[in-house]
Amino acid sequence: MNRAGERLVNGIIRENPTFVLTLGMCPTLAVTTSAVNGLGMGLTTMVVLALSNVFISLLRHVIPDKVRIPAFIVIIASFVTVAQLLLQGFIPFLYDALGIYIPLIVVNCIILGRAEAYAYKNPVIPSLFDGIGMGLGFSVALTCIGAVRELLGAGEIFGIRVMPESYVPVSIFIMAPGAFFVLALLTAIQNKVRINGERRGKDMSKIQSGCSSDCMNCADAGCAHRLYDEKADSASAGKKAEPEEITIEEIKEDEDND
Amino acid sequence: MIKDLLVILVASSLVNNVVLSQFLGLCPFLGVSKKTNTAAGMGVAVIFVITLASAVAGAIYQYLLVPLDITYLQTIVFILVIAALVQFVEMFLKKYMQSLYQALGVYLPLITTNCAVLGVALTNVQKNYGILTGVVNGFATAVGFTVSIVILAGIREKMAYNDIPESFRGMPIVLVTAGLMAIAFCGFSGLL
Repeated sequence: MNRAGERLVNGIIRENPTFVLTLGMCPTLAVTTSAVNGLGMGLTTMVVLALSNVFISLLRHVIPDKVRIPAFIVIIASFVTVAQLLLQGFIPFLYDALGIYIPLIVVNCIILGRAEAYAYKNPVIPSLFDGIGMGLGFSVALTCIGAVRELLGAGEIFGIRVMPESYVPVSIFIMAPGAFFVLALLTAIQNKVRINGERRGKDMSKIQSGCSSDCMNCADAGCAHRLYDEKADSASAGKKAEPEEITIEEIKEDEDND
Repeated sequence: MIKDLLVILVASSLVNNVVLSQFLGLCPFLGVSKKTNTAAGMGVAVIFVITLASAVAGAIYQYLLVPLDITYLQTIVFILVIAALVQFVEMFLKKYMQSLYQALGVYLPLITTNCAVLGVALTNVQKNYGILTGVVNGFATAVGFTVSIVILAGIREKMAYNDIPESFRGMPIVLVTAGLMAIAFCGFSGLL
């Protein structure tokens, strides 16, 4: 059970997907207009993540290495569809509020990233707790961001009036630009923590600040894998280098050369 | 009919801008916007893929999923179709259109299942768009993406050597810029 507990702590604190790894930014920005929406999205993602982790872990000896990404996508998409139908049936207000972002959980980098990085290599129970831990970390982060935006933008938290009557809501914070500003502050704080930590000689390599180059990698982990990849062999043999990293390097070099 | 299409064109490209008001395709938006050249290349590739993907996804939905009454499988079908389509486009360009491949090749793997592509396909279904309307919507959405990524790249080039507070260097200042752009794009909302 120790290992399970360790996975939970790891997901919520040490590798928190939003605050530390900065993964899955699209839903983070889009649905955090209120704390309830953030919590709903976080929990939905957690359920999908835990179930897909369990299934991928169970099937890890069956799925051939070359077609693992499409296999993962099919498994994840099935669970997302199940979650979507359940939400539509039982929690319609959340279904309406989250809208198109529910099916888009499929392309959330966190899920495919965990499948690739953890569930495909580890037994079922730790994978389950890894999924729950990561999902809880994501839920906590989304709820916090949602609460801040709701507090500033509407003067409420979870729909309960918190600010005094005289408070004039800064409604921009529940609109689209507010999401960018909140995320900007968040990544600035993250930068600060990282810089301070590095000055004190701590290993801060886990913190991927902002989306700079890392989000491109997150796009790879989540999205940019091809169905059939001739480089899959070299990737699976030995180091687990992402094949697409080469193309990103090319673009970066391109940008430097220009 | 033409009027409807024009309204969709303006609405999807400017008013409901895919990046700045719907937050789809943020990764390439933030990651490939250092130089205007690369940003424009990425934009063209996105226009190409999204227009094609919305046509194919629309046709599959209309002629396969609806008659078989399995529309609930749309998410799974769309994501696989899009991933296969981009792969196919890449192989096709590599073989038959070398010059275009040289220009767009590096960007294609990055947008395989960029959430904007899936997002457009799903929006088309949700709003009951036909195939033609869906293609126009997809094209307009992608144009909106291109406009915003090129503007952001232009601004980033201008402020590359600015004196920015230490903790805001890198991504945070880009996000602040994106936020200001989002405010500017809010101005379009009175257009329709």
